[in-house]
Amino acid sequence: MTEKDSTKTKTKSSEGIGGGTLREALRVPALAVLTGLLIGAIAIVASGSNVFEAYYALFVGSFGDPVRFYNGFQQFFSTGETSGLLRAIYPFTESLVTATPYIFAGLSVALGFRCGLFNIGAEGQFFIGALTSAFVGYSITGLPAFIHLPLAILAGMAGGALWGTIPGYLKARFGAHEVVNTIMMNWIAFRLSDWLLNGPMKASGFRPVTPNIEHTAELPRFFPDPLRLNWGFILALVVAYIVYWFLFKTTLGFEIRSVGANPDAARYAGMNIIRNFVMVMALAGGLAGLAGASQVLGVDHWVGQGFSAGYGFDAIALALLGKSHPAGVVLAALLFGFLRSGATRMQSIAGVPIDIISIIQGLVIVFIAAPDIIRWLYRLKNIKVEETVLTRGWGS
Amino acid sequence: MTTAEIAINPTRVRRARIAYGSVLIGVGLFIFFVFGLNTQPGVQTTFGINLAGFNALPVPDLVVPVQLTVYLMAGIAVFFGAFQLARGIKSTGTLVGVIAATFVIAFLVWAAQGKSFNLTGMINSSLVRATPIALAALCGVISERSAVINIGIEGIMLLSAQTAVVTASLTDNLYAGLIAAILVGGLLAAFHAYLVIRFKVDQIVSGVAINIFGTGLTSFVSSRFLEKNTDLLNNSGVFPVISIPVLDRIPILGPMLFQNNIVVYLMLLVVVVMHIMLFYTPWGLRTRAVGEHPKAADTLGVNVYLVRYINVILGGMIAGLGGAYFTIGSVGRFDEIMTAGKGFIGLAAMIFGKWNPIGAFTSSLIFGFADSLQVKLQILRVPIPSEFLLMAPYIVTMIVLTGVVGRAIPPAADGQPYEK
Repeated sequence: MTEKDSTKTKTKSSEGIGGGTLREALRVPALAVLTGLLIGAIAIVASGSNVFEAYYALFVGSFGDPVRFYNGFQQFFSTGETSGLLRAIYPFTESLVTATPYIFAGLSVALGFRCGLFNIGAEGQFFIGALTSAFVGYSITGLPAFIHLPLAILAGMAGGALWGTIPGYLKARFGAHEVVNTIMMNWIAFRLSDWLLNGPMKASGFRPVTPNIEHTAELPRFFPDPLRLNWGFILALVVAYIVYWFLFKTTLGFEIRSVGANPDAARYAGMNIIRNFVMVMALAGGLAGLAGASQVLGVDHWVGQGFSAGYGFDAIALALLGKSHPAGVVLAALLFGFLRSGATRMQSIAGVPIDIISIIQGLVIVFIAAPDIIRWLYRLKNIKVEETVLTRGWGS
Repeated sequence: MTTAEIAINPTRVRRARIAYGSVLIGVGLFIFFVFGLNTQPGVQTTFGINLAGFNALPVPDLVVPVQLTVYLMAGIAVFFGAFQLARGIKSTGTLVGVIAATFVIAFLVWAAQGKSFNLTGMINSSLVRATPIALAALCGVISERSAVINIGIEGIMLLSAQTAVVTASLTDNLYAGLIAAILVGGLLAAFHAYLVIRFKVDQIVSGVAINIFGTGLTSFVSSRFLEKNTDLLNNSGVFPVISIPVLDRIPILGPMLFQNNIVVYLMLLVVVVMHIMLFYTPWGLRTRAVGEHPKAADTLGVNVYLVRYINVILGGMIAGLGGAYFTIGSVGRFDEIMTAGKGFIGLAAMIFGKWNPIGAFTSSLIFGFADSLQVKLQILRVPIPSEFLLMAPYIVTMIVLTGVVGRAIPPAADGQPYEK
C-alpha cells in the first residue's frame, strides 16, 4: 500500500468502524480472532489436551449447555418453574458479567488511541477505581440507595481519573512517554493497594480484603442468586453510547480526534494540545475506574489482592480489535467476555490453563496491528483497513 | 533564533535558578528539622565496610555521629541553595546530585542510628540489582540507535528467564540455559523487527503484543508444566560467584566489581564493548546514521533494513541475557511475572542515560541503588510501610522521565518506519 493510499483511506474512514462496508471492516478482525484460536489450538495440543473437548467446554462455558436449555424451557412451559431455565442461562449471563468491565476498560484505551495516547495503565486505574468505590461503598452508612450508589460509582470514576491524570499531565507538561509512566503507575497502584488492603482498608479477619460494601451501594441484579448479571452491564452500554456521542458529535470530541490524527495541524488550528492530553487521560482513567466500580458494586462487593490482574492488557487488545470505535469495543468486549468466561470451564473440564486466552490475545493484537499478515495468510486482495493506532516515539 | 526567544530565555533561566535554589534550601531545612531535631546528641551510626564471605582486606568500620552528620548535610544543602540563588550554578546535574546526595546520606545516617549498617553490602547489591535493568537499557540503546523502539523488553526477559531455567534444569548445565535464553531473546526480537520493518507495524503496538504474549505464554507454561514438575523443570541452581584474584582484595571495590557471577561480568563487558562499537567502529557510525537520518544513510549505500535487523536482534540477545539473570543468575527458579516492570525501568534508564551505553549503565546503578536501599530499609525497620519503599524505583523512574534532570534528545528517526 502506498503512502497516498493509506492517507486516503484514513480520511475516508475516520468516523466509521473502518473503511468501506461493514463486512469489509469486520473481515480482518474476524480472521484475526480465528487465526488466534487456530494457533491456540496448537498450544492446547502441545500441552497434551484434546482440542475438541477443550473448545466444546469453552462453548458450553460461555453460552450454556444446549441440553440444559432444552430441559429448562420444557420445564418452564409445562410447570412454570423457572429454576431449570435460570440454571441454563447462568453461563450466558456470566459471560455478560465478565464483559461488563471489559467494555469500560476497552473504551478507556480506545479513547486514548483517538487522541494518540497509549494508555497501558487501565489495570492500575481499574484497581484504584475499585478501591475508591469500595471505600465509599462500605464506609458511608445510612444513605438511601439513590444517593449512595451514584456516589460510589462517581468515587470509582474519580479514583481512576486521578490515576490517569498524573501520566497525562506528565506527558503534556514534560513530554514524558505515557507508556512507561502508566506502567509505573500500575506498579505504584499495586503496592499502594497491598498497603491499603493490609492496613487502613482491611476488614476484620485474616485475609487482606476490604469489608463488604453496604447494600445501598450495590448495583441491583436482574435475577435471583447465583446469577450475577446486574445494571452495570446496562450502564456500560449507555457509557459506550455516550463516548460515541462525545467523540463524534461534539466539538471537544472533534478536537480530540484532530489532536490524535495530526497534532501539528491541530496546534496550528489553535487547539490546546496540552489540555487535550490531560483531559483525555483523565477521562480514560475515569472509564477504567468505572470498570473497577462496576465490578465491585455489581459483582464482588469487596476488593482483594490481584483484583484487576490482566485487565489492562486485555483492554488494549479490545481497543485494537474494536478499531478504537465504541461500537467495535462493545463487540470485542462481548467476544472476550465469552472467551474468558468459557475459559474458566475449559480449565476445570479439559485442564487447559486459562492463560491460553492471553496467548490468543497477544496473537490477535499482532494480527490486527499487522493486517498485512492476515491478507497474506488468506490471500485477500486490497481490503481497505484503517491504520488505527497513532502512537509516536519518545518525543513530546 | 528570533529576538523573542532570546528575550524569553533570561527569565526562564532565572526562574529555573530560583526554583533549584529554593528546592535546595527546602531540602536543607527538611533535613535539619525532620532528621536533625529528631536525634539525641551523641548517638552514632556504624557503617560496616567488611562483608562476610568476601575476600576483601579488612578495613575498620566507619563510625559517624548522627547529629553532626545530619547538620553537616543540612548545611551543605543550604549553602548550595544560597549560592545558587545568589550566583547560579550552570550544571543542573550538580544541583540534583547535591540534593540527592545530602538527602540520602542524612536519611541513611538517621535511619540507621544506633545500629550497624553494611555499606559495602548495599553497594554490592546495588550493582547486582542494577544488572537486569542495565541489560534492558542496553537492549534499548542498541535498538533505538538504529531507530527501532523495543517496548517488548519486559516480555522478552520473561520468556528468556523461563527458557533459561527450564533448559538449565533439563540439561543440568547452566551455560546451556544461558545460551538458550540469549537465543530466545534474539528470536523474539527478530519477530519484533520483522513486524516493524517488513510489515511496518506500529512499534509500540508490536512491543506491547510481545509483552502480552510473553506474560501469557510464561504463565501458561508455569501453571501447566512447571508447577507439577518443579524438581525436573524449575530447579536449576544458580551461577557460582567467580572471584578475580588479587583485585577482589580491594576494600569496597573488590566485593562490588570483582566478586560476582558471570551474568554481572557479561553485563559489564557488554557496556564496554557496546560503547566502543557504537562510537569507534564503522558499524557504530552506520547505526547512528540510520537512527538519525536513514535516507542520507541509504543514499550513501548503507543497508538501512539490514542494520536495523542486526541491531534489534543483538538487542534482543542482550535482553535475553537480562532474562537469564532473573532465574539462573539469581534465584534458580521461575515465578510468574518475576520481572516486575524491570524492562520498563530499563527503558527509563536508557532515556536518563541519553541513549548512551555508559550513561545507561550509570543510571541503571541509580535504580539498583534505589532498589537495594529499599530492601535495607525494610531490614532496619524504618517507620515507613515497606509497600511505600517498594514504590521508590517506580517513582524515581517517573521523575527521571519528566526530564527535570537534563533533557535528553532521542535519535532523530526513533520510532519511524523507513520507506525507500
